[in-house]
This record gives sequence, structure tokens and C-alpha cells, in this order.
Amino acid sequence: MRTLTYAAAIREAFAQLLSSDPRVFVIGQGLWSPWYVGSSMKDIDVEFGRERIIDSPVSENATTGAAIGAALAGMRPIVVHPRMDFMLLAVDPIVNQAANWSYMFAGRAGVPIVIRPIINRGGEQAAQHSQAVQAFFTHVPGLKVVMPSTPHDAKGLLVAAVQDGNPVMYIDDRWLYEETGAVPEEMYSVPIGRGAIRRPGADVTIVASSYAAVQAVAAARMLEAEGIDAEVIDLRSLKPWDREMVFASVAKTQRLVIADGAWHSGGVAAEIAATVAEEAFDCLAAPIRRVTLPDTPAPMSKALEDAYYVRAHHIAAAVRQTLSRTGLSVQMNHGSR
Amino acid sequence: MTDISRSQLESMYAAMLLIRLAEERVAELVERGEARCPCHLYIGQEAIAAGVCATLERTDTVWGGHRSHGHYLAKGGDLTAMFAEILGRATGCSGGRGGSMHLFAPDVGILGTVPLVAATVPLAVGAALASKLRRERAVAVSFFGDGAMEEGGTQESLNMAALYRLPVVFVCENNFYASHLGLLERRAADNIVDLAAAHGLAGERVDGNDVEAVHRAAARAVARARSGDGPTMLECRTYRWRGHVGPSWDMDVGVKRKDELQEWLPRDPIARTKDALQRGGVDEGALTAMESAIRNTIERALADAERAPHPREAELLEHVYVADGMES
Repeated sequence: MRTLTYAAAIREAFAQLLSSDPRVFVIGQGLWSPWYVGSSMKDIDVEFGRERIIDSPVSENATTGAAIGAALAGMRPIVVHPRMDFMLLAVDPIVNQAANWSYMFAGRAGVPIVIRPIINRGGEQAAQHSQAVQAFFTHVPGLKVVMPSTPHDAKGLLVAAVQDGNPVMYIDDRWLYEETGAVPEEMYSVPIGRGAIRRPGADVTIVASSYAAVQAVAAARMLEAEGIDAEVIDLRSLKPWDREMVFASVAKTQRLVIADGAWHSGGVAAEIAATVAEEAFDCLAAPIRRVTLPDTPAPMSKALEDAYYVRAHHIAAAVRQTLSRTGLSVQMNHGSR
Repeated sequence: MTDISRSQLESMYAAMLLIRLAEERVAELVERGEARCPCHLYIGQEAIAAGVCATLERTDTVWGGHRSHGHYLAKGGDLTAMFAEILGRATGCSGGRGGSMHLFAPDVGILGTVPLVAATVPLAVGAALASKLRRERAVAVSFFGDGAMEEGGTQESLNMAALYRLPVVFVCENNFYASHLGLLERRAADNIVDLAAAHGLAGERVDGNDVEAVHRAAARAVARARSGDGPTMLECRTYRWRGHVGPSWDMDVGVKRKDELQEWLPRDPIARTKDALQRGGVDEGALTAMESAIRNTIERALADAERAPHPREAELLEHVYVADGMES
């Protein structure tokens, strides 16, 4: 099958959605810029015209609110926030409005919008150009949250998000843009709420998503050399998430490590850990381990950045810890602090 | 009554009277504890909803806030469904999920009112954007109070609407209070209408207690929007007779407000319209008959709403999401 980069897969999904559905339009900052949203939107305004590809004023609140109004009026807007940090200026329209609309009006009107915040960190960009705040939004009833890690899912989940009929937060990560993988040429969707097993294994389950899922696969390869057989589940959707897949895997491996490229406290990893502890505690032979960012803002200096972000070796260390069952003997750099 | 026909004025009078009398019944329901959701009454401001909505077509959308009974009724929302919603009944316009602050009547262009101040201002801009992208004639009207002018989202929305020349009319209902706090305790100057020019859109200050003045200004603004000449902001100056929320006359916010209210009560938009109709030759008997018919309509609607069932507990977890699928 043909291979594409993650960024090219996103662009292809946009192009096919815009070609096939006149209700789709895109609004956000930087959409006409040659560099702002990377190659994931390159020349999309040239191909589809600047009436449907709107490079907006610096107004996160109004662009997101306008997308909701357009959605209620029958359109299928995609709002792009080139940095997730900036999207926080639009929390009212996302949380108070879009997420609540269906419930407030007894299911008589949904808000079919896709909100696409881009995680864009590293490169000494510091605390306000680096954040990954997906956990905030998984807390909110009425939203769906997806985080693809492969080119195949980057395309299929964007299509699914537009077709869903509910507000979907589609979170991509610029660290994934050069990843390559097989991508069908036709338009297809990946079901929201279903995980994918990236590597089957018997000894330990590693649950991750987005860039952390790529790191988890790399960690599993490192562990394989040590004779540890890790199963890697890529959640793909954080809300709803594939509980059944995780439960089935934990029933088999009896050990769980969760990796998430975001803060420790109140994070997605905490939710998964709590759910497994509630629903599948009897399966566990060792404490659950979380591998996350420490509870600190993103630093600037590369010397600190290198220690801050979740890497494969952090995940591998957590796996060794859970398999050793000693718990306290390994000094963790990430998680559990 | 030069440009506004007698029958138009009569129908605006009827709309105002419906809002006033229905809301007086809502006030009683709150006082008796039968309505428990927060009810923000529109009494005193009826000319704005009635005057603006009289210039609109059914497919035009209207966006409101916490104080939107008037917008809902003036646009043609069903009265029984509104009472039922306020009473938390399953037959309410929002299925008993929203209450007074969440009114919904898509058949007449009300796609949802919400109480977060200024929240629907960008939504109206989006509905106008949809209309423009689809080459439709529909206009969006955004109703909001003077407090909403202090929200960033409103300023962003005014700019976006002007930039893209969207078919939207912004109607700022300046009743001089945001909850308990007066306009000049929140702004350096009484300058709301100036924001229109600052953002590059047409702006007009209107006597919001004069339904004919509101109608004329709205007709100009709607015509401008529909013909592709861009948005307008109307500052309609009026006064909220009752409290920010609930049935009280809101004298607890100070002596100043009491004096103000005494000045505003004689400017009652309904009494003024009645005078104009009588000067135009409508006889007292016809007006009495109209009022009596409206009262009957209200009593029937309220009785129907009070007989309706409450939502079932089994429905608690329903409707967090709409059913999935390609078509909305």
C-alpha cells in the first residue's frame, strides 16, 4: 500500500472532506501561512479557495464560537488552533457551549464541529508554546477527544470526527508529522472509541496515545531485547476510550503501564489507572505505573527539555519496575512523583 | 404611523402584550415556588424584541441570552412549550433540560439561548457565515445586554462580522445594568454605540422603548444585511423594571435605581404603543378584545403546561451526545 507521512495524511483527509461535503469549511489562524500549521495544510487554501479556508483574525473565542453557530446552522466546520495553548482562549465556546448543547436541548440539536488543536513543543519554546492539555477536555461530558499516532489514523480519525455529528477534539502532534505509514487512497474513517494493538505481548500492557504511543512501541522493542514481551495499546480515542481492549489485555498480562505526554495529576493516565483499579483490580499482579510529564510547566532550555518530555527509555524503565514488583528500588525520572 | 402600517403596529403591540402578560404569569409562578429555575424577566424591554422580530422572516435566526423569553415569543416560539420548559416538564421546548435560560425553537430560527454572557454573539456570527457560504438570504440577529459589551468575545465578533461583511444584526439592549452594577460603574463612558464605528460596522442608537423606532432601525439593518452590505449594531436604550433575576422590583440595589425606575415607568413601551394606536383610530373596544384574547391564550397554554409530565429519571443519562451518523 502507498505510504504517506502523518502530515500528508492529515492534508489528504482535509482535501477529501472538502471535496466530498460542501458543508465542510475550515477556520483558524495561520491557514494561509506557508509555515504556520506545517505541511499538514499546505496550499489547501489554493486548492479550495479562501472563502472555505478562512485564515482568521487573532480571535480564538469568536472563531470557535462562529464555528459552533455555523454548525447549528447546518455546516460541518473544522476549527484549527495551531497551538493547543492558544485554544484555551476558547474554552467557553468549547466547554460551556458545544459540549453542553445536545444535553441542554434534549438531543434536539447537536454541534457537529471538529476542533483541531495542534501540540507543538520542543525547540526551547517554553511554557506557553508547549502544552498538551487533552485531559481538561476528557473531563467534559459531550465532547469526544481523539489523538491519532499513525498516518492511517490521522486521516481516518479526522474523517470520523467530521462525520460524527458531535463536537470532537482532534489533537495532532507536530512531533509525529514525519512519521510514515500505509494510508489508503480512498476516504475512510477510523471508529472513534476503539483502540489498536500495536504490538501483541504477554508480559505487560503499555497503554498510550499520540506521540507517547510511538514511544511505547520503541520501548517495547528495547524490552524485547531483554526478553520482556510487552503488549502496546494505542488508545487513539481518549474520550470515549476503549475500556474493553484495555481490560482484556490486562487480564492477560496482569501488569499495566500507562504513558501520556501530559501532566501527572488528574491526567488521562490517572483516569485509566483508576478505571482499571475499579473494574479489573483482581487481574493485577503489580501496582499500575504511570509515565507522564512531571507536574511542572514546560521549561525552555534544552538542557531541561531533554529531561522533561516522555521518552521510550522512561516507559521501558517503568515496565521493568512493574515487572520487578519491588516498586521502590528504581528511581524514576518520570511519573509516580 | 407613516411607514409602519396600522396592522403592523397592532401586531407588534400584540407581541409586546403577550410577552408582558406571559412574564407576569412567570413572575407569579416563581413567587409561588412552582417555577424554580432562574427566570430573568424582560418586562419593560418588550419593544426591542417585538420591533426587531417584526422585521424578520421565519428562516432568519435569533440568538439570545439569559433574558430571552421576549426574543423567543416575538420570533414565534410556542408559548405552551416555553411555560412547560420553565416548569421543568418533558414537553418543554428543551425537554425540561434547559429551563428559562435555555429556550429552543428551531422551526422559527431559535437554535438555542444560553445564559453565559455574550456566548451567543459569536454563534450568531457563525450562523451568518453559514448563510453567506451557502449564498442564502438568511440574516442572524444577536440580542445581548450592555454587560456583554465588556466581554472580549463580543469585540472579536464585531470585528469578524465587519471584516467578512456578514449578514448579522447586533442588538445591544442597554438597560443600564449588568446584574446589580450600573453602566458607569463598569465603563468609563456611556459609549456603547461608538464601538460599532470602531469596528467598522454601521451603528445606531435607538430609543428601545419606542417600538416604531426600533422597527425602523431594525428594518434598515436587516435590509443592509440581506443585501450583502454587512452588519449593523443597534444600541437600544431601555430599562429593566424587575430584578436581574426573579420577580422582585429590584429595589435592593439602591435608592438611585428607585428614582430611575420612576423616570422609566412612564416610558412604558406598551402604553406608548397603545396611545399611538388610539391616536391612529383604533378604538378601545378592539384593544380590550385583543388583550382579552391574549390573556385567554396564556391561561390555556399555562394550564396545558402544568398538566404535562416531568421527565422520567430513566432519561437522566440520555442526550449527552446526538446519535452518530453522517447527517445532522
